[in-house]
Amino acid sequence: MTVNRRRFLLDSGRYLFMTAVTARAVEHVLAGTPEKAPEYEMYDHWWAMAVDIGLCIGCGACVRACKTENDVPLEPFYFRTWVERYHVPGGDIEHPVVDAPNGGYDGFPARPEVAEGSKSFFVPKLCNHCAHSPCVQVCPVGATFESPDGVVLVDKTYCLGCRYCVQACPYGCRFIDPRTHVVDKCTLCYHRISRGLTTACCEVCPTGARMLGDLKDPDDPIQEFLRSNMVQVLKPQMATGSKVYYASLDGSVR
Amino acid sequence: MRDGFKDREHLLRMAALFVVGLAAFVVLRGVLVPADFGELGHYRSSAIDDNRALAPGFAGRALCEGCHDDVVEARAASAHARIACEACHGALAAHAESPDEVLPELPAAAPLCVSCHEADVARPSWFPQVESSEHAAGAACDECHAPHRPEV
Repeated sequence: MTVNRRRFLLDSGRYLFMTAVTARAVEHVLAGTPEKAPEYEMYDHWWAMAVDIGLCIGCGACVRACKTENDVPLEPFYFRTWVERYHVPGGDIEHPVVDAPNGGYDGFPARPEVAEGSKSFFVPKLCNHCAHSPCVQVCPVGATFESPDGVVLVDKTYCLGCRYCVQACPYGCRFIDPRTHVVDKCTLCYHRISRGLTTACCEVCPTGARMLGDLKDPDDPIQEFLRSNMVQVLKPQMATGSKVYYASLDGSVR
Repeated sequence: MRDGFKDREHLLRMAALFVVGLAAFVVLRGVLVPADFGELGHYRSSAIDDNRALAPGFAGRALCEGCHDDVVEARAASAHARIACEACHGALAAHAESPDEVLPELPAAAPLCVSCHEADVARPSWFPQVESSEHAAGAACDECHAPHRPEV
């Protein structure tokens, strides 16, 4: 085969093009899309949260911190996390009296009329970051998903605002943001935990009632928490694979 | 034979329409569906990056304590030692970034103290609680209790 000028130019053009494509692909692989940050490896984590009801004092610091950190609307019906107060009269776990004025944002006014003769406690709630999440299953467009590190996230540019997921969540953890008209929910402070920080709610909890944990890390304190406490998830009968583990959870909590 | 030929013509037209439709679908789908959709599951994998984009508002206790070691020392033996700085002082990542320009406001003691320590039946019994109306006879909490070391 003779190599004339035309052939040489064509071949070198082809090789150049191929190199560019390969280089691009290699860059893609090395960058480890989609996390792109070499310091955070998505596949090394499986995030969960531990909540100790016996330590929660209902101060509402978590609710306030969450709204600040995540720019959640301040109106009383939009929460990524909130605190409920339970009064269980006469130990009747079928009929608890539950209140959460402003989600616990401003604290809890005393209710002596239901407190008398009741068992009383606070329950902090948030997205349970289910491994088999009902909200993800019903999304018609793939705008919500379980990330490879076990966090249920929302793609706000893809969400239609159809509200299927709001209805599907058995824990009432989703709302439509009145400013954007798309769904919003707890991201487990994904922007923080992927930077090595804890969530805003865990950061400010004065008694350590909430604890972020990485179930893939054998040395994470959550492992000891799960071993040494009697733990339960909310609505276990729904088999959602919830990853918010409660210690001292009363049967009246739904 | 002639009728058969006519039928074939109809079928060919249909097939051509079908192929054109299919091509349009493939092209439109390629244009409309983001390239990274379906990489990791039925979603846009770059949505994970979107969720990471937010800047933290709370700097985190470790960052505070890097500068304010005098407060760490003052609190060391106190029951308040385990409480993160920003639980009372608020989100201060901006202050951590430019300490001289963004100055934190001192939180008002009274509403802050009672948000944890006001008596409530639902609060666990081990936790120190007071009826604020009776406890201090109108005096501010920090007249007797130093917030960083509340033990009297």
